[in-house]
Amino acid sequence: MITPDRTVPTTCPYCGVGCGLELHIKDDYIFKVTSPFDSVVNHGNLCVKGRFGYDFVYNKDRITTPLIRKTVQAPGARTQAFDRGQWREVSWDEALDYTTGRLVEIYKRDGADAMAVYCCAKATNEDNYLLQKLFRALFRSNNIDHCTRLCHAGSVVALQMALGSSAMSNTAAEVIHSDVFLVTGSNTAETHPIIALQMKAAVANHGAKLIVVDPRRVEMVNWATLWLPEKPGTDVPLFSAMAHVIIKERLYNQDFIDRRTEGFEDFSRSMEKFTPEYAEAISGVDRNLVIQAARMYAGAKNAAIYWALGIPEHSHGTDNAMTLIHLALLTGHIGRKGTGLNPLRGQNNVQGASDSGAMPWHYPGYQRVDDEASARKFEQAWNIEPGGLNRRLGLTTTEIMSEVRPGGVRALHIMGENPMMSEPNLNHTRHMIEQLEFLVAQDLFINESGAYADVFLPAASWAEKDGTFTNTDRRVQRVRKALEPRGQARADWQIVCDLAGRIEKNLGCPQTAYWAYQTPAEVLEEMGSVVPEYAGVKYPRIEQQGLQTPVWDDNHSGTPYLFAESFPRGKGKFYDCDYIPSVEMPDEEYPFILTTGRLLEHWHGGTLTRHSKLDELNPEARIEINPADAARLQLEDEQAVRVSSRRGSIVLRAWVTQRTTVGVVFVPMHFAEAAANLLTIDALDPLAKIPEYKACAVRIVAAAKQELARPEAKVGRGRY
Amino acid sequence: MPDVTFIIDGKSVTVPAGTTILKAAEQLGGQIPTICYHDHCTANGLCRICVVEIKGVKPLVPACLTPVREGIEVSTSTVRAERSRRTILEMLASAVDLSQAPEIQKLMDENHADQLRFAEGKRREYPVLDDNPMYVRDYSKCILCWRCVQVCADDAQFTHAINFTGRGFETSIGTFFDKPMPETTCVFCGQCVGVCPTGALKPKREALLEQGVSLDEILQATRGGQKRRRKSP
Repeated sequence: MITPDRTVPTTCPYCGVGCGLELHIKDDYIFKVTSPFDSVVNHGNLCVKGRFGYDFVYNKDRITTPLIRKTVQAPGARTQAFDRGQWREVSWDEALDYTTGRLVEIYKRDGADAMAVYCCAKATNEDNYLLQKLFRALFRSNNIDHCTRLCHAGSVVALQMALGSSAMSNTAAEVIHSDVFLVTGSNTAETHPIIALQMKAAVANHGAKLIVVDPRRVEMVNWATLWLPEKPGTDVPLFSAMAHVIIKERLYNQDFIDRRTEGFEDFSRSMEKFTPEYAEAISGVDRNLVIQAARMYAGAKNAAIYWALGIPEHSHGTDNAMTLIHLALLTGHIGRKGTGLNPLRGQNNVQGASDSGAMPWHYPGYQRVDDEASARKFEQAWNIEPGGLNRRLGLTTTEIMSEVRPGGVRALHIMGENPMMSEPNLNHTRHMIEQLEFLVAQDLFINESGAYADVFLPAASWAEKDGTFTNTDRRVQRVRKALEPRGQARADWQIVCDLAGRIEKNLGCPQTAYWAYQTPAEVLEEMGSVVPEYAGVKYPRIEQQGLQTPVWDDNHSGTPYLFAESFPRGKGKFYDCDYIPSVEMPDEEYPFILTTGRLLEHWHGGTLTRHSKLDELNPEARIEINPADAARLQLEDEQAVRVSSRRGSIVLRAWVTQRTTVGVVFVPMHFAEAAANLLTIDALDPLAKIPEYKACAVRIVAAAKQELARPEAKVGRGRY
Repeated sequence: MPDVTFIIDGKSVTVPAGTTILKAAEQLGGQIPTICYHDHCTANGLCRICVVEIKGVKPLVPACLTPVREGIEVSTSTVRAERSRRTILEMLASAVDLSQAPEIQKLMDENHADQLRFAEGKRREYPVLDDNPMYVRDYSKCILCWRCVQVCADDAQFTHAINFTGRGFETSIGTFFDKPMPETTCVFCGQCVGVCPTGALKPKREALLEQGVSLDEILQATRGGQKRRRKSP
């Protein structure tokens, strides 16, 4: 038996559930991860990533020395350098001075609009707060965004418009208090495994009924009373038809509508055309299922809606989310335990990175950059001359990349993200990233994006730094330094402060915005002084158990569920909705709808999990294709296929399975060898600027086995 | 729920109806020994180490399962109960490798169990199963407490990858048709590893470290990123 030198309580670095972990360490090696059974979020349960997926920390390919490219990269001729031989190992001083020099040179020449940064939903609140502060306070740029744009932007915008808030309204564990809950656009069992356990328990042990609305037969369908297998991109007619039934059959909550909402009359008229027959014609879902789902949801005592990226990742993602909000506003299933509107956030800290202001239109705490009072407030907090901060809305993630050109974005700082895997239409992204004049990568590994960088700043992993993550149900939890950083790696917040100090000096700023933090606790304290929702979140209060924001002051005990009395915007607002088809519909040339997403064993662009033993459990990309489609195309299970869209083409193995419906194929986004995002379309939602990852048209033809990245790989597992 | 008053080790106590004897004793600060019981799992009364005597009831009853009833008189450490516990521990020691079960070792000492009492008995010996990248299974250390099966099923994961297999002395934990773990419904959440009290289930990296495999070798065995690169299209 191995006796650990120490065990360190911390928070899982993978998904937004935010499970409590205990790292067991011997000789600076994490040999085991457990979870305390009294952990408030996960009750001792973990998924494969949380329990076994930490070994990337020790991977031999991890970069632990600052690097500068040996050959100078010119805009337009930028190349990828995966080999260490193409980089020169340098000191931190040299790396940071070089970065400072190049960034300041570009800023002085081209101004604020030339500067852009991708913050990181994997990093801590403190890391993100500081990085956005650097770009706002020193480069006066709002071109600050992170992958929230690529996941829940549509949900956030819709929730802001209708309610004035943008987070999960309830605590995930409350699902056992729902008698009906609807899950849509979420493969919860794989993407939020611990919340899925609570959902399964709600069905199995607490008598709850589950409605799943999803084009895939995801695992949760096995637990569902109703499954509505819609075609991708038809959420608006489908959920509006549910609203139509609720209105027509007078199943709505008149008292709630009168007291808490506005715009019902107009909305109710706009729903007239969304008959179940109309919805059936567009979505392919039997009209009777739509009617049953509407009655079940509206008739429940407490009903909740959970959704993930199948809703917002559309060119009409905001509308999709809005139709879900309408259902809650009609029935009053919000503001009580076991009800609510619950967008399941993907990343461990996507809620926190958004709260910390890693957003182009908002300062920390969703205070708009074009609001004079907010701008003044931050000018004061950061010692900036009145009028100094940029009042113009910045560019979003995808816009930053498409604005790379002379006169547009010239310099990009990427902390921990991997746009060369996560952006839609990667061939276009590749072309744009090549045009950058200067690119900084701050990460653990040289990933597909970092390989394009001029300078690589090696960051500490989550196990090597202190900080806080805010999980999907708004719980701010501690991340603890369990190990010294490997090699010369440094915590992101320290890298950012060191860099900011040098930039400030180089720019000759008369006053400092302040970068001399000794601990992340000081950073969070500063954030709490400008973000009212975080005012009461202080390290000593969250050492044992996290606090759910809003925490208005030092005595406030946090907020398990929102909207009990009112909505932040006052009354909940109904909006008219219309069905807008996906930008690219299947046709004769490209007859299948491709939808993309995640797998249980992997994480996003794969920077972490593909450097882990997790990769052995699920080592290669497979396209899920329905048996009926496979038969028509005369494709066999496990055979190689070439999948092409109008933008790109990949070769991967076929998985003939009932998990997907006829006409719809699914490719996971994690595998660089067959990157799903080479195929996806860069059409954006007009309001939220979120790309349409969940629907584009592809064709499938047989390919030769030798074309596979790993022709002899072991395929298949017994799990669902 | 109404309250129930009963007597435990001579003291009269009132607890909510439905409370088990084990939980009632805990509330009083008393400790009834347990092995298979886990707060996170459904109690199943398998190991019988928590047996107590109820006045007028002939068989010993498992405290983890038995709810208190009005007026009963419970004795937690009678000669019969203690002999029963001791014998259970001695039988476990005769058949199972308990070298990595410190809690059971402690119970042995506390109950003055003679670990060699059934030394001539047949031992449960199985080859170590190392069929996946995440954890190893050494069923020679398994006391059949059932926790792993329960968390794999309705107590947590609802995956049903493992269950009892075999009968009598040959009973063990296994997969359907003895398939290797990756071919079962297992999702490698490791809830089973988290509740195993004897080290029969162990993270692979911990097992390698124990076997004296050097840190460097374990780290080298960690997958590299060499397969990730994609040629420019």
